[in-house]
Order: sequence, then C-alpha cells, then structure tokens
Amino acid sequence: MPKSKQQRQLFYLMPYGLWLILFVVAPLVLLLFQSLTTQDGHFTLHNYALYFSSGTYLLMTFNSVWYAFLITIITLLISYPTAYLLNQLKQKQFWLLLVILPTWINLLLKTYAFIGLLSKTGTVNNFMSLFGIVPQQLLFSNWSFLLVASYIEIPFMILPIFNSLAEINPRLEQASRDLGANRWQTLRRVIMPLSMPGIKAGIQAVFIPSLSLFMITRLIGGNRVITLGTAIEEHFLVTQNWHLGSTIGVILIVAMVITMIFTRDRKNSRKRG
Amino acid sequence: MRKIITSMMTIIVIILILFGTQHYLSSKTGTNVSSDKVLNLYNWGDYIDPALLKKFTQETGYRVSYETFDSNEAMYTKIKQGGTSYDLAVPSDYMIQKMKREKLLLPLDHKKLTGIGNYDSRFLNQSFDKNNHYSLPYFWGTLGIIYNDQYVNAKDIQHWDDLWSPQFKNQIMLVDSARDGLAIALITQNKSVNDKSRADLAAAQAKLRTLMPNIKAIVADEIKMYMAQNEASIAVTYSGEASEALSNNKHLHYIVPSEGSNLWFDNIVMPKTAKHKAAAYAFLNFISDPKNAAQNAEYIGYATPNKKALALLPKSIRDDKQFYPNNQTVSHLQVYDDLGQTWTERYNDAFLEFKMTQR
Repeated sequence: MPKSKQQRQLFYLMPYGLWLILFVVAPLVLLLFQSLTTQDGHFTLHNYALYFSSGTYLLMTFNSVWYAFLITIITLLISYPTAYLLNQLKQKQFWLLLVILPTWINLLLKTYAFIGLLSKTGTVNNFMSLFGIVPQQLLFSNWSFLLVASYIEIPFMILPIFNSLAEINPRLEQASRDLGANRWQTLRRVIMPLSMPGIKAGIQAVFIPSLSLFMITRLIGGNRVITLGTAIEEHFLVTQNWHLGSTIGVILIVAMVITMIFTRDRKNSRKRG
Repeated sequence: MRKIITSMMTIIVIILILFGTQHYLSSKTGTNVSSDKVLNLYNWGDYIDPALLKKFTQETGYRVSYETFDSNEAMYTKIKQGGTSYDLAVPSDYMIQKMKREKLLLPLDHKKLTGIGNYDSRFLNQSFDKNNHYSLPYFWGTLGIIYNDQYVNAKDIQHWDDLWSPQFKNQIMLVDSARDGLAIALITQNKSVNDKSRADLAAAQAKLRTLMPNIKAIVADEIKMYMAQNEASIAVTYSGEASEALSNNKHLHYIVPSEGSNLWFDNIVMPKTAKHKAAAYAFLNFISDPKNAAQNAEYIGYATPNKKALALLPKSIRDDKQFYPNNQTVSHLQVYDDLGQTWTERYNDAFLEFKMTQR
C-alpha cells in the first residue's frame, strides 16, 4: 500500500485514468487518425474536402441538425410542464419512476412496438376505424419519425429539469407571490431562470444523441428522413470506407462540442437568477 | 474506501471462480470429444437445420461450434483480422470474389469432395469462382417482386418497368441496398448489373429517381414483416425474404421478372483460418448428400443448388416457379461481381443521393 496521501490518491486514480485513456482518449485519437488518412495510409485532408464539397453530405448534415432541433423543441415543450407538474404532486418520486420506466426497455423493442401501433392494421388505425375513419398511412412519414424519436428522448429531458425544479426552495415562490407577482410572472421570472441549468442539461442530453439517430430513420421513417447516422453506418458496414465514415464521426463530435459550448452552465448565471 | 476495495475483491474472486468452473467444465467435456474433433462453422443466423448439426456429430464424431454473422462485411472483417479459427464460412458471391483476391480462402481439394456430382451444373462454375476452386454452393436465390393479390392484379406487375406505373403511387417498398436498387434501373435500361460506366450509372440513378413517387419506404429485413401485415402492396426484395413473407400471408406472391434480375449465391468456403480440415471436408460431403441438403432446404425455405436433393423435395416445393424459376428466366439472371472499392463507393453514393431525393 502506498504511504503518503498523495501517493494513495494517485493509486486510486489509476483505474480511472486507464479507463479514460483506453475507452475515451484512444478511440477519439483513432477516429481522428482514420479521418485524416486514406485507404493506403497517407495523411490527407481529402476526406474532409470530399465531405464539404458534397451537396449530399451537407444536406444530410442540415437534415440531422434540423431534426435534432425539432426533437429537442418538442421534448422541451412537453417535458417542462410535465416536470413542473410532477414537482407539485405528493408522491412525486413514484410518478417520476413511471416516467423513467420506459428507459428500462430496449430502444429497438420500443421502436418495434411503435410499428405495431402505427402500421396500417395497427392499434391506432383500428381505434380510428371505430369512428368510421379509413386507415391512414402513419408510418414512413416525417411526423411518425418525430413522434417516435421524441417519445424516446422525453425521459432524458424530464429528469434534469425535474431535478433542478426540485432543488428550488419553495419559499422563493411564496416570496414572489407575496411581493405581488402573479403565477405567470413567478414562473417566468423566478422558476424558469432558476431551472435553467436543468433545461440546458436536458437539451444536451437530447440534442446530441438525436444528431446521430439512425435505426429509427429506417424503421419508422422508411429512409424518408436521412441523417448522418445513416451515412456512418453505410461507410462502416457497406462500402467499408472507414476513413470517410470517421470523418463524418469527427464532424458529429465537433457539432456536439459546439452544442456543449452553447448550453454551458456559465458561473454568473446563478447570480442573475 | 475499504468498502470499495472489498467489493472489488469480491468481484475478482467471483470472476476467478467462474473462470475456474468454466475451465473445469470444458476440460470435462473435452474427455468425451477430443478438442480437435470439432468443426468451427461460421454462418448466417438460423441458416441450417439444427437437427442436421446433431446428425453430423452423430455420424462423424465432430462437434460443431456454430457462430453467426449478419452481413458479408462483418464476416469479412472478422476473418481478415484473424484471431479466429473458422473452418468453414458461408459468404455470398461478390464477397467470395473479394476474399479470393485478397488470399483469404484455401482452395478445395476436389478429390476429397464426394458429393460435387450432386450439384446442378447451372449453379457451378460461376464467374466469382471459376471451376469451384474455392467454394461449393449452399443456397441460391433471386431478386424479385412480392405483391399482394388483394391490391394488385398479377398481370399488372410482371416486369421491372411495371414498378413505374402511376397506379402504384406510394405503394412500393424497396430493399435498402445500393446494388439491388441500381440493378433494377440498369436492367430496365438493358445494361449489366455490374456496369462500370459513369454515364450508365448516372442514367440508372436518374431512372431510379423517377420511381420515387411510387416508393413508400426504403427498408431492409423488415420488408417481410411489413408485407405479411399488408402495410404495402408491392415490395422489391430477395427470394429468401420473400419465402418467409409468403409463408405468413397467403395473399402474397413472388415473381422474378423474365427480362432478368440478380442471381445470388451463398457458397461454403474454407477461410485461411481453417484448422480442422478433415472436419471441414467431412461437413462439405455431409451437406452435399441429397438427403441432408433436401432436409436443409425444406427447413430454410431457400432454393437448393443440389439437383439430387431437389428431386427429393415435395412436389409443391419442387414445382414452385416462384423460387425455382424456369430455365429461360434463370438464363437471364446475372450474378453480382465485386466492383472494387472505387465502384462500390460510386454505387453507394449514387444510391444515397437517390434516397435523399425529395418526395
């Protein structure tokens, strides 16, 4: 056993350090290296040039960002009121558990369940036919894609917002009301700014994975929605051009870093609240 | 801190115990079947009748260790990177060509193959493996059209060009594969499915784009499920997928357009990682045996290239023109060549651009 406190700290840090190097740093370096080389191992910026000169990839990037943006907005609009109401309930931990429960189920299973719901002979159409509505084409549309993607991401938005709302001292709300602010003003000027860190964390947790969703684009979207995830899958599995695939991967990472910077929890935001 | 260390230690001890048990168990079973009486078979998931594996072990004493892959590319990567000891694998046509070129395959000694005479000569000596130096056919099939007779008249959908008919607006499911999608367009323009001309590829892409209004979705293996559920009235997919869909919905039918289509093969090869060659040859001869091949074909539902096995199959299967098309149709079928890296990417890019077409 190492003796001094510092040595001991170092000893305990080792597994974490090794873990980070093996599973975080090394893959990132490999990805960057792959993206900067060609099939025969030369260093080149060719992959990046190809990417930025191709209308297809740029359009796909735009699609990815646009759909990730829509998914984030939809989940935020649903999650904030939900988290707010959950916080007012007596058994809030229990209700929160119910919201979190779907995340215990495998993503693919949930997607297949939606196929059962939305297909032509599915539950939704059967129910509608009770009211004399002819079966509609629900699958393979942008809407069904947004619906399923938002459904899957909602718990990841609710959880951080719920936590940040739960941390707010209820007396602040009372004080605001005592000082003459109405419900809406209290929400707008007190609660919302104080829960901002939760909203930002939620946006990060939803926007970033949404950028590279790909199974749902095919299963539910029928490839009507094509995002960068599709292109990465294709380059790694079909054309086996891992270099171009890695380039797209690096671009996604950069997009994620940008998102992180924009939604960073600035130190002075607390003071303003 | 002490708690963490204790729990870590517990985990390590448990791992050691499990490891020891596993070692003990494997050494125990090893006494029954010596470790080199084994065959490592690398195949697609659910692509052999499990009863045949048992029978093989009973007849020859070789225990079969069956591992599966879900795409040719995944299998190729694993064999190329080594560290495995697969004795036999079942790649498709173009992949055999690629593996052969990269010296990943061992040639087969025809003197040791007792069953090669059972195969239909139409399915031997293919372009991807001349004289079957490296492979024996396992199953074959086609690319074709599934239609649902509740919504579509058989006479309206006999040829690839019928897909473009305005009456099928938003009704077709297309398989998500660059080679197959472009093959359809190339065939309608009387070009080879292995065409390597930029102008022809661009023309095929343009033709495919005009199909977009009729396309409901571009999906993969899910096609068989969607078709069985009546989600779409027409789908373009492989015969293997079609046979599964057809067995779940009696309104579905499969046709191979007579003007031509893709003919695909899954052949058995011996990768260079093979360690148990005697076992491999024993298996090749076992599966070439008409009785076994027929049993396998009945279980899997794909078309067998084994002529003598075909004769043993029930009449309803043998005479099914959907999966055993007549000679004239077969003569128009084309096998995919390995296009090489550059052209594989060109085909995929063309297909990706097509998928991005706004609807």
